Amino acid sequence: MINQITVFLENKGGRLASLCRSLADAGVNMEALTIADTADYGIARIVCDKPEEALKALEEAGYRAKITKVVGVELPNRPGSLAELLEFVDEKNLNVEYGYCFSNATDTATQVMKLRDIENAAVMLKAAGFDVI
Amino acid sequence: MYPDEPAKGESMAANDDVLRMPREQIEELQLERLKKTVVDCYENVPFYKELFDEAGFNPYDVKTLDDIQKAPFTTKQDLRDNYPFGLFAKPLSEVKEIHMSSGTMGVATVGGYTQRDLETWGECFARGIKFANGTPEDICHICYGYGLFTGGLGAHYGSIAAGCMTLPMSAGNTKRQINVMRTMGSTILCCTPSYAMHLADTAIEMGIDPAEEFSLRAGIHGAEPFSDNFRAELEKKLNYRVLDIYGLTETMGPGVAIECWEQDGLHLAEDYFLAEIIDPETGKVLPDGEWGELVLTTLCREASPVVRYRTRDITCIKTGECKCGRTHRRIARLHGRTDDMLIIRGVNVFPSQIENVMETFPEVASWYQIELDTIGSLDTVTLKLEVNPDFTFDEISAIERLQKKISTRLQEALQVGIKVQLVEPKSIPRSEGKAKRVIDLRTYKNMS
Repeated sequence: MINQITVFLENKGGRLASLCRSLADAGVNMEALTIADTADYGIARIVCDKPEEALKALEEAGYRAKITKVVGVELPNRPGSLAELLEFVDEKNLNVEYGYCFSNATDTATQVMKLRDIENAAVMLKAAGFDVI
Repeated sequence: MYPDEPAKGESMAANDDVLRMPREQIEELQLERLKKTVVDCYENVPFYKELFDEAGFNPYDVKTLDDIQKAPFTTKQDLRDNYPFGLFAKPLSEVKEIHMSSGTMGVATVGGYTQRDLETWGECFARGIKFANGTPEDICHICYGYGLFTGGLGAHYGSIAAGCMTLPMSAGNTKRQINVMRTMGSTILCCTPSYAMHLADTAIEMGIDPAEEFSLRAGIHGAEPFSDNFRAELEKKLNYRVLDIYGLTETMGPGVAIECWEQDGLHLAEDYFLAEIIDPETGKVLPDGEWGELVLTTLCREASPVVRYRTRDITCIKTGECKCGRTHRRIARLHGRTDDMLIIRGVNVFPSQIENVMETFPEVASWYQIELDTIGSLDTVTLKLEVNPDFTFDEISAIERLQKKISTRLQEALQVGIKVQLVEPKSIPRSEGKAKRVIDLRTYKNMS
């Protein structure tokens, strides 16, 4: 299970840059950053090495930030590995709120998913042989 | 640039002679009716008895029109406090219709109308049609909203009283409005000025030139202030003459004062209303020509008479005679208000009503800002709210659900569509003194 940082961002110039600066100043290293955007606001989702510190730094800087538990699945770097995972998720009717993929190594990629009933979902994924982190 | 003044009509319900009475006769009539009104209020409405007694005002001792200045004021709060029927001077069996200013149940003000009140209202509005030289040959297209709002039915009764063919279109469904206007040849348009502009712009978008293809001669537009520039643009686009109309639910509805073809101030229906202009700070009556708050006393209202009602609208009584020769005095076009009431698409909204709705949502903080803007010609309202720390904002669907829920609740409470936008904490500026709750970016609000 991953402790993802979620930040509510207004759609305004410079907000993302200053968010990253706050994390950098706190010595936080990001592994992934994705933004869900609408016309008026965005939600930044961050995977990083020190989520607790990151949360503290962002709150101090006045951001509306939260820790959200998400499931990460490590996938081999080959065609079809993500499809297999998502087919399993679909088959088991695991409800995905959102997901994104990142890769910091050459031989694997990580698929992050926000699932309903996350504890149970993680157990099912593990039992099916997926590499849950 | 204006279309020529049309030929005078012959058959009209609205009596133009009364509008040309010598001043002494008007004032005599006003005094006689004023005496009746204050006694009627005193004897039939417990609220007024108490109010007059407390202020030491003797309703049986009114000898001149100036004696009204001894009477205490009535405020919107008094009307709210007596919701719903506390200020009626007639038994409910004689009340034939109810209208209400917008607002939640707690803050609405109610007006009752007897059969005669409805006829008076029709006649007052019909004067506007008369000012536009309307005749039974005219087709009066009404797209004020019908319902508790006074706009729709006020215009309707006026059109019927003036003998026009009446199109009770109500608001909305703009394309159908345009088709009807074009195919039936509507000649007089009654709606808010912003909706008239929206009609014109939508027609142009549809490839119709409203100046050519519509048959409009006059528009009777009110319920919200509009600038001279806005009027000029309307007249150019629709090739008609725009007459400003004023009114408020608390004294009747539209028709309290209307512009004549000269467009030089709104003639008060002085046979039905006694108008004073006061200094809103001191309550002192100001001489003609000076700007202040309009205070109205109804002179013939049966069900809901009001004495010295503080409208909060800022205007002045124009000096000198109108070129049209009518002797009823004129007020200047309205220039804002003395309180924080907003007029959004003709609907009255108080920021406190928005606060009341917000308080029912624990997900949002109490900081908010209302942003008013115009898109095309329609007012848009965006309510910016800060979310509370414990709100789960991780999913966009959750944020959108909350925005929609608040927006729906606001629509129910205020009768006007408001877009809700959640914003970051502390992003709404905190000011030192009075919070700047309202940002008004509307273009036509900038009165010249």
